[in-house]
Amino acid sequence: MGTHTRYFILRKDDLNSFIVKLSRNHKVVAPVSKGYGNYAFTEVTSANDIALKHIPTILPPKKYFLPQKETMLSFSTGHVENAEALLEHENTVIFGVHTCDLNGIQCLNIVFSERPRDYNYLRRKDNITVIGLECTEYCDEHASCNLMNSNFPNGGYDLFFTDMGEVFMAHVNTQAGDDLVDSSNLFKPATQAQMEALYAIRDAKRSRFKDEVNVDRKKLPAIFDKSENSPVWKAIGDKCLGCGNCTNVCPTCYCFDIADTLNLDLKSGKRVRTWDSCEVETFAKVAGGENFRSGQAERLRHRHYRKFRFSLGKYYRFFCTGCGRCTRTCMAGIRLKETLTALVKEAA
Amino acid sequence: MIKEELVNSNWRVRKGRIIRVKRMTPSEKLFEIELDNGRAMDYEPGQFVQVSVFGVGEAPISLCSSPTKRGSFELCVRAAGRVTNAMHALEAGDEIGIRGPFGKGFPVKVLAGNDLIFVAGGLGIAPLRSLINYVIDNRREFGKVDILLGCRNPSEMLFADDLEFWQKRVDVNFNVTVDKGSPDWAGNIGLITSIIPGVTINPERTFAVVVGPPVMYKFVISELLKKKIAERNIILSLERHMKCGMGKCGHCQIDSIDNYYCCQDGPVFSYDRIKNVAKM
Repeated sequence: MGTHTRYFILRKDDLNSFIVKLSRNHKVVAPVSKGYGNYAFTEVTSANDIALKHIPTILPPKKYFLPQKETMLSFSTGHVENAEALLEHENTVIFGVHTCDLNGIQCLNIVFSERPRDYNYLRRKDNITVIGLECTEYCDEHASCNLMNSNFPNGGYDLFFTDMGEVFMAHVNTQAGDDLVDSSNLFKPATQAQMEALYAIRDAKRSRFKDEVNVDRKKLPAIFDKSENSPVWKAIGDKCLGCGNCTNVCPTCYCFDIADTLNLDLKSGKRVRTWDSCEVETFAKVAGGENFRSGQAERLRHRHYRKFRFSLGKYYRFFCTGCGRCTRTCMAGIRLKETLTALVKEAA
Repeated sequence: MIKEELVNSNWRVRKGRIIRVKRMTPSEKLFEIELDNGRAMDYEPGQFVQVSVFGVGEAPISLCSSPTKRGSFELCVRAAGRVTNAMHALEAGDEIGIRGPFGKGFPVKVLAGNDLIFVAGGLGIAPLRSLINYVIDNRREFGKVDILLGCRNPSEMLFADDLEFWQKRVDVNFNVTVDKGSPDWAGNIGLITSIIPGVTINPERTFAVVVGPPVMYKFVISELLKKKIAERNIILSLERHMKCGMGKCGHCQIDSIDNYYCCQDGPVFSYDRIKNVAKM
């Protein structure tokens, strides 16, 4: 047996050289510690600041695909033909993306490539290179990535790194990933022994990761079919503050608002897209005054159905990646694993 | 950061020029609009457009003219929110931005060859007028046509010219009722549901098309079901805040297992598809 053509080895000592080289031609972003056990994707120019071990970042990498604020049009008031549709993008490499977030990016890719397409998203995506990083252990008790089938690499990246002690194993998934490996002159083809070491890591991981809620994932949609009138929604709705933290930090939440802002001349301005949240009271309100989801319980139920039920019919996948961010960020202490456990128990 | 023009963006707007504004009631105006270069808009009755007033924003407005009317289209606008209030300040000659048309309109091909009963409440007459005038312009393709119109009081009556035109025609039966009369009102007084029982319906070959405020649907549908009209023969147009029109922004999503987005899957639905939605 010779070498494995799509698997390469990068010495850990060479990670810094790799990042430095990348940052010459790209904006490179990676998880950086922000203190108090928090991490955020931040621009880096060397590997020194990168937190190789990190729990899911405060915001998922969706912020590079779907920015919190994005100018869609520039216009001058009263003269429609002067309006120009705009795209702002940047050649970016995202380093250190966990498999849960790779899954999240894949979900968003599907949504925004569905017709009518969102070319702002799609063009920006084409200018982003994704380098994944494997979790070999649980980040914390809030994750449910085994249940949601997103703790092992399943595409969605150009390169995927696994920490193997002295070295990283790098899986090349795309030509763009191969070009990065090639041009860096830092990678060597993996040997058979190194491949076996990778398989051993994966086997050990399989025995460590277990379904975090006692249910067969495939049964979740049927459980949600029965749960529309469950008392669980009122119970968590009573706690919920409607702040929208959970949707902001969710790797698959993409609802947005669109609004005009005028420049100081009051004659020109821009149409800006911003993140919105179905948990906010006015989200489903219409100008006439009717609110189609007026209670917090209805709004929370809606969000859970968007993760575990609606998306199955439309996109053939769950829109929960098990990253645990919604639980970590919730000020009211609503915990996804507890909610699912309660629904499972009720439906049994 | 690279900034460039995005030529194929679905957020681009077309130029619309207001060619006529007519006040219909204290809160509703009718706008006649011509697209850039006078090109006709290709649309179906029941579809909607996104209207831009730059600096204020965008609002979804249903098309209230029939596509059989060539050259221009009409929007009936109630001053209810920021954009619609800004529209009310515009005059003939002013420009607005248009995206669309969006959504699934009324299934005119399915309706052809059947009797039709139109039930409109309040502003619901706006999208329904598009279909009614389409049917009148293709009158031979349809069976018996009944129009039932309800509104709160006579001063809120929209489309007076159309109402008179429908009333005069021998090939449509026109009925109107108001919740509360006025001294010069000689017509029916009572809820819209009170005039449904009087209509002769052959349930085998009748489609009911109902558009009105959410509170009206439950009661009207129950009257129609009493007439033995099948659930799938009851056609509704739902109201939601369609912000993007492209099934993405999430605002118009309807609470049902079928994951309907009002802007793409609707706004027109047959009742059997949405009967489990708690708030229609």
